[in-house]
Amino acid sequence: MNPETLLSLSLATLLLPLASFVILIFFSRRFPRQGDWLGTAIAFTALATALAIAITKLTAFHDEVIQANLPWVDFGNVPGVGPLTIQLGIMVDNLSAIMLVVVMIVSSLVHLFSIGYMQGDVRYGRYFAYLGIFTFSMLGIVLTNNFFMMYVSWELVGLSSYLLIGHWFEKRSASDAAKKAFIVNRVGDVGMFIGILILYATYHTFTFDPIFAAIRAGQIPMGSEAWLTAAGILVFCGAVGKSAQFPLHVWLPDAMEGPTPVSALIHAATMVAAGVYLVTRTFAMLTADALMFIAYIGAATAFIAATIAIAQNDIKKVLAYSTVSQLGYMVMGLGVGAYTAGFFHLSTHAMFKAGLFLGSGSVIHAMHHALHHAHDHHTDPQDIRNMGGLRTKMPVTFWTFLIYTLAISGIPLTSGFLSKDEILAGTLAFGDLTGHAIIPIVAFFVAGLTAFYMFRLVILTFFGKPADEHRLAAIHESPKVMTVPLIVFAALSVFAVWTGSFNPFSAEGWFTEAMPRPETVVPASAAAATNEVWAETSHHVHGPAMVLSLIMASTGIVLAFVVFYWKRINADAVVARLKPLHTFLVNKWYFDELYDATVINGTLAVTRAYRWFDETVVDGIVNGVARWTMGVTLGKNDAWEGGTFGSIAYLLVTGLVSVYAGWVLASSLAPADPTFGQLLWYGLLGLGTAGLSFFMFYVGVGGFDNTIVDGLVNLVATFAGFTGIVTRRIQTGKVQTYLAFVLLGVMVFFLWFN
Amino acid sequence: MAFFGIGVLTWLTFLPILGMLLVLVLPKRSDETIKWTALAVTGLQVVLAIMVYFNFRPDLAGINDAESMQFVERAVWIDIPSTSWVGRIQIEYFLGIDGLSFPMVLLTALISFIAVIASWKIDKALKGYMAMLLLLDTGMMGVFVALDFFLFYVFWEVMLLPMYFLIGIWGGPRREYAAIKFFLYTLLGSVLMLLAMIALYFSVTVLDPSTGDRLHTFNMLAMMDPANFVEGSLLAGAGTAFRQLAYLGLFIGFAIKVPIFPFHTWLPDAHVEAPTAISVILAGVLLKMGTYGILRICYPMFPEIAQAWVVPLAILAFINIVYGALCAMAQQDFKKLIAYSSVSHMGIVLLGMAAMNTQGMMGAVFQMFNHGTITAMLFLIVGVIYDRAHTRDLNAFGGLALTMPKYTGVMTVAFFAALGLPGLSGFISEAFSFLGAFQNEQIRIITIASTLGIVLTAAYMLWTLQRVFLGQKNEKWGAMPDIDGRELAALVPLGIIVLALGLYPSLLLSSMSASMNQLIEIVRAAGPAVAMLP
Repeated sequence: MNPETLLSLSLATLLLPLASFVILIFFSRRFPRQGDWLGTAIAFTALATALAIAITKLTAFHDEVIQANLPWVDFGNVPGVGPLTIQLGIMVDNLSAIMLVVVMIVSSLVHLFSIGYMQGDVRYGRYFAYLGIFTFSMLGIVLTNNFFMMYVSWELVGLSSYLLIGHWFEKRSASDAAKKAFIVNRVGDVGMFIGILILYATYHTFTFDPIFAAIRAGQIPMGSEAWLTAAGILVFCGAVGKSAQFPLHVWLPDAMEGPTPVSALIHAATMVAAGVYLVTRTFAMLTADALMFIAYIGAATAFIAATIAIAQNDIKKVLAYSTVSQLGYMVMGLGVGAYTAGFFHLSTHAMFKAGLFLGSGSVIHAMHHALHHAHDHHTDPQDIRNMGGLRTKMPVTFWTFLIYTLAISGIPLTSGFLSKDEILAGTLAFGDLTGHAIIPIVAFFVAGLTAFYMFRLVILTFFGKPADEHRLAAIHESPKVMTVPLIVFAALSVFAVWTGSFNPFSAEGWFTEAMPRPETVVPASAAAATNEVWAETSHHVHGPAMVLSLIMASTGIVLAFVVFYWKRINADAVVARLKPLHTFLVNKWYFDELYDATVINGTLAVTRAYRWFDETVVDGIVNGVARWTMGVTLGKNDAWEGGTFGSIAYLLVTGLVSVYAGWVLASSLAPADPTFGQLLWYGLLGLGTAGLSFFMFYVGVGGFDNTIVDGLVNLVATFAGFTGIVTRRIQTGKVQTYLAFVLLGVMVFFLWFN
Repeated sequence: MAFFGIGVLTWLTFLPILGMLLVLVLPKRSDETIKWTALAVTGLQVVLAIMVYFNFRPDLAGINDAESMQFVERAVWIDIPSTSWVGRIQIEYFLGIDGLSFPMVLLTALISFIAVIASWKIDKALKGYMAMLLLLDTGMMGVFVALDFFLFYVFWEVMLLPMYFLIGIWGGPRREYAAIKFFLYTLLGSVLMLLAMIALYFSVTVLDPSTGDRLHTFNMLAMMDPANFVEGSLLAGAGTAFRQLAYLGLFIGFAIKVPIFPFHTWLPDAHVEAPTAISVILAGVLLKMGTYGILRICYPMFPEIAQAWVVPLAILAFINIVYGALCAMAQQDFKKLIAYSSVSHMGIVLLGMAAMNTQGMMGAVFQMFNHGTITAMLFLIVGVIYDRAHTRDLNAFGGLALTMPKYTGVMTVAFFAALGLPGLSGFISEAFSFLGAFQNEQIRIITIASTLGIVLTAAYMLWTLQRVFLGQKNEKWGAMPDIDGRELAALVPLGIIVLALGLYPSLLLSSMSASMNQLIEIVRAAGPAVAMLP
């Protein structure tokens, strides 16, 4: 395969899901089964091409970057700059080739799973259409070679998530969650947009390579490293939104309102992965300060989300917070400089997290049917307290779920162990290099927490006594179309897939070879550790990191068994002892409440204030001006009655003017050294003048033509016929007056200027 | 390009007048014939506009260069021999288009056609209505093709009267108030414009080739050349107080039309009262006349002052964007909300104009076009619902997505276009405006502050969408029929244009770049170079 074919093939991979969307959104009703087979077939075709691309790229063109550009907008010969165009293009490097496969594996298996899970849905065909555009948007992010298309696809991902989270829009909570996801993401996107503006203003291009080349050549925004850091952090703001990092993570748990396979798609391969992918893409241009910022945001996210996950009882909520926490891990990994590890964890996590969500979907599906069977519409099918003992009834779901849980906890033989361990080693190295020890401490602590809450979930769901024996009896394993994806994801959670070797303790393999840490382009004074220093340091800490991480993970697991399986520690008693802390965690650190009270209510208050201001003050002045003019020229006045701002302002001003006029008159007439009688006399004169003046203003001095306005209103009310109205209007003089005024104006101006 | 010896711009401009005469001689009861006549005339106008599109040369700049103006028609219109007190007055019939007016010509033809479709259900005095609509069409088109200031002013005033009657007679309950407010406000603006125009007239002379005398002129292109200003005349020189004053007069005149804060309060009233089709024209075309005027007249005739006033303009843009969005969010009335969203979106045009560079300028003019199509869609969408439910209260609906799926589909495109979703045209113009404005160091902070509008727009648009379309089915509107063929005929072409320009904006942008660069060149040549990065 030559590079051109590779590019055409990746373009085809990009456009296939779009075609699926377009076909299904318009014609799904015309197809048998509403076209689910078509959408799924297209997804698997795209998977096949993605695999072909990745294999070719990683074998035949391992160290090359293949890209092509297309002129899209031509600004012409711009004054002061010269000819300028905007180029759009796609790029296949190892990063995008691997990501392409990750996205398509998850997407195609989610398509397959959805055939079973979404059976009989009210908008079944449209659901598959939306899966198509979601996949397309994500592939756009993966394949682009410039910030412009990145931003475009970025926003399209926002749209797709809006459509899918709000799939069951009859539910208020679903439409709220969809809206929240879009708007919270927009906040991050605006930051990213400003970051892109900084880069474009400096380099007049959106394409990655020229921008990086220019930075390498020492050309940095506004000639200052601070601006380069700002650009990096602002672009990262996009990732904060999409990858649900603190403080914009609040949309993601609510996004569970979407169908469960969609959660799998959002949490594993699309959307949240986009943010991490963006950081990976822009890694080379991030300064040490920007990376430090990113590391802290990631660590904070990992910690906050892990603590919340412990206290949740909804199976999907637990998984949601575990995603947030793991994303924090990846971002922290990239922030500390563990480039390969961050992206490695993104890829491995995609597989087992997609599996976890589809597994939970399988459980919810079964629970839903069992509850439906029992005519129980009150019990929550997603609450793990209503489950228990499902292990025997759903063997495939259970065993696969267990594998994913081992992977996410970082137990050897799984892919998660390798990638997590790399990140942990990275944080230790970072601590060594910079002295910021808090990052590795948080990282290891969260590793233990993760193992604990994930095993809590598994034990409560699959082990122990069932919450209800009759319900358990009605539970069945899900159909093949749902279990096959689970098995595939479980297989992809095994370590050997990711290394190509049989040493379960070493991440070295095809993946790490394909994704070496890129050399930074940032000026040396602002850059983080160089590749040599980094490799040296992380090599030293690798052994301790592995031992420590194993200790943390096993402690978490054992603790989970002690508390929830053997019940040696009474969980309820612990909760009762730590009531305030538990409430705090159950309520997710009160982030939603905080944002509601400040940002949302603040904005709403401002909107109401501005509306009042606009209607009363701005428009009041306009109407006030009209009313004085009417009052003065027509001798009519109802200023007091109106009571508007404008009329009051008018009366204030005219009052002041009148008083001033009276004072001027009186003081000019009065002698320099008045007697008391004179003072009294002239004082009265001044007051009288002011009063008279104010009265004149108030009642108006004219009476110019009362009948015109009244007559007009009456006429319009009486005659509906067009000709009548127009001719009569002209007769009553409004139009004539207007024309006369214009003519007069022309003449006056002519004379004046001449 | 000419037909029967008459140039295409004349046809474009006066075809509606022909249509109006035709409508007026038709018998009063023949409503169907009147409608089809109006539709045929505006349809023909669209065909002519498409022909112009395919014959337009994107490499010619225009602006201040008569040679590179396209489809030019030029003749002496009024010639008053020398009088004792003002000298000889010569007013030209001078039409032509360049990359600045070309998108507006297309927009006017398109929106007028859509407006006729949207007017199909008018039953009160249809004949008068259509006659007024067609007259309005001529006025709008004339403004965009006129290159003689006097002619420009005449068209500007021609547009005013039919608009007044269309709101004042066919409007809602408070139509009288809204119409007179619109009328007086615009009149105030045109008085200021008149003042500046006559000042310009007496300051500028050109050589009359037939007599060899220097002659005062209303020719706009002549007014853009500093060499034509008579030594010692009122507006001669650079940056003088009188020039500032004239600029201010013109600016306020145009600002009222845009509308720029604080002159915007006529807009919500006019929109709420106007019938759907008139709202479509008002938001789709009329608002653009304000920004067009600033770009066509203020910028090239007073370039040094335009430059000096960049920061105030950007501040106004910021107020329009953010204040408009916040006001929109507080509305209960669907139509009023869209009206305020227009204020916000026109702010983006202003921001692009304040950028004083090619990206910003192209973004601004492209945003003028895109706002025209997108807001037209939004007002049509409000019209659809109002025709059925006779209410525009946003809280009265809910769940319409279940009963009106086609309507919801079209609405989704329009709403997401309005909130600047990539892939739809609004995004491109918004992004370019910001891109340009950010490059201008003077207004960089204001630009960053204005991005707040991006979030606010998403918030109020999605909130509206949720209130009207999502949620449980509202039994009260259960029997509401979905959008019909005629309504789709008005909306779908606009939707296709929005999508096409979103995917490949060069369809329109390519014809603008030469003119925009020329305009920037004029402004930059006038004074200290606008701050731009290398």
